[in-house]
Amino acid sequence: MQHVIIGAGPAGVTAAEALRRLSPDCEITIIGDEPEPPYSRMALPYHLVNQVGESGTYLRKKENYFDDQRIDILQDRVSSIDTAAKIVTLESGSEKAYDRLLIATGSTAVKPPVEGIGLPGVHNCWTLADARSILDRAKPGAKVLLMGAGFIGCIILEALASRKVDLTVVEMEDRMVPRMMNQRSGGLIKSWCENKGVRVLTSTRVTAIQQESDGRLSVRLGMNNTIEADLVICATGVKPNTSFLNGSNIEIDNGIVVDRHLRTTAKDVFAAGDVAKGRDFSTGSYTVQAIQPTAVDHGRVAANNMASELEVVHQGSLNMNVLDTMGLVSGSFGHWEGVDGGDSTELFDGERYRYINLQFRGDVLVGANTLGLTQHVGVLRGLIQTGLHLGDKGKKILMNNPLKLMEVYLSATQGTTLNL
Amino acid sequence: MQKSLLIDAGKCTGCLQCEMACSYENENVFNPSKSRIKVFTFHDEGRFVPYTCTQCDEAWCLQACPVDAIVVNSKTGSKDVLEDVCVGCKVCTISCPFGTINYNQDSGKVIKCDLCGGDPACASACPTEAITYVDADATGLARMREWAGKTDNTATA
Repeated sequence: MQHVIIGAGPAGVTAAEALRRLSPDCEITIIGDEPEPPYSRMALPYHLVNQVGESGTYLRKKENYFDDQRIDILQDRVSSIDTAAKIVTLESGSEKAYDRLLIATGSTAVKPPVEGIGLPGVHNCWTLADARSILDRAKPGAKVLLMGAGFIGCIILEALASRKVDLTVVEMEDRMVPRMMNQRSGGLIKSWCENKGVRVLTSTRVTAIQQESDGRLSVRLGMNNTIEADLVICATGVKPNTSFLNGSNIEIDNGIVVDRHLRTTAKDVFAAGDVAKGRDFSTGSYTVQAIQPTAVDHGRVAANNMASELEVVHQGSLNMNVLDTMGLVSGSFGHWEGVDGGDSTELFDGERYRYINLQFRGDVLVGANTLGLTQHVGVLRGLIQTGLHLGDKGKKILMNNPLKLMEVYLSATQGTTLNL
Repeated sequence: MQKSLLIDAGKCTGCLQCEMACSYENENVFNPSKSRIKVFTFHDEGRFVPYTCTQCDEAWCLQACPVDAIVVNSKTGSKDVLEDVCVGCKVCTISCPFGTINYNQDSGKVIKCDLCGGDPACASACPTEAITYVDADATGLARMREWAGKTDNTATA
């Protein structure tokens, strides 16, 4: 059996490893278009602060690991797929036949349609190559403008600030990390950053970028405000890498459409990770989550279905995220924005930058936002994903004090009676 | 035969010797807030529940790690964090449904129970045998592991 995987990120590598475990004799090829060994984009911010070298970002650390696993890694790009003949065509001109194909091509940082966005000095922060360009330009004292205060924008904030640059963040929504954190916690993250000397402009848009005669950039904000920058980093969002599938019979709707076995609409072709529009645990609907744990889930489920006819069903991945914004740790889980007819409770300590918000449907936890909490936060995932009924008493305790989470959890799972 | 921690909450008196021993063994300080085992208190009942990683087979933390910083200890079966490899991204802390791998702001890395390499300090320190280190089959970890299984987001049709 010939397994071909397009994409060398976490989804592709996890799938390859699972395939090797499941079928020791099959052939496995990963096609990736970057020159480095498979690496984690999530680790790039830590590379930016020199906490780890480039090799510290690699997904697998053992020398000759992929050779030892008999996983071939081919540096190339796929230009098209013939799903009838079961052949992928590579940009180098060669072809690769497959029995089962996994598309795990991830996503790419996008640049918004703003005048001047293509100028030198405007960079995404997405690849190791991008990281090198940013490291080169973000010298102490340099004026840096970061477009976008989403997850990626926030996670590279610390890296930039620690390089002692003069930093301005521009976000078009009304708060930081708007797709992950609610109004109160997003607002707290903003004031935290401002206290650390970062200028944060929310509800603000970059409308044009120009290059001055001295090479510096002039960035127009809104209608009439202009600021100077040596470097503009664009972190305004990502989109799934699907353009090479245009004209194929693989259905795309934002991401690649998959069923609960991670099968695409073409026979023997699967999709996983940031490129796949997979099932969401909370809503049951299909969406591109673009998070590491989901990529790993997808890779594993897809590999099981590629290797055998067992038909492993994906129950849906919980949308969750954890973010460190200049030392302030925030978390988001499932229906953090709440559900119709549900209840919610929160504790807000603005002075200490601590916050927790829990969302319930009946006596089941369905979502949460946390700020400044780092202990036992995984239990939020456990409670949401197991749909554990907390009972009237457990829920009441949490409604009164959401920080009683561990006690309620232990009572519900370890038989201790609830009498707090 | 692999061994694991057996926790009998009914025997726990809440003395916190385990937390002291754990933090000293692993962080060189007597500081319960740096302990990998945590005793939860149920005041009204006078009950105490020690709680730490069960070294579950699913190893959510290990699976979620993007940089291969969590490995299975071949001697004890524990899932160990390689501190020099961990970048501190914290994805494991939200992935573990038990909440037993946690971020340590001081070191910028995550910490979890590694069974002290096969001689857990918490068990040695416990004066009432509420925490013992025994053959894995005897531990009644089944309930915790069942919980881990329920979190699994796959099912075989």
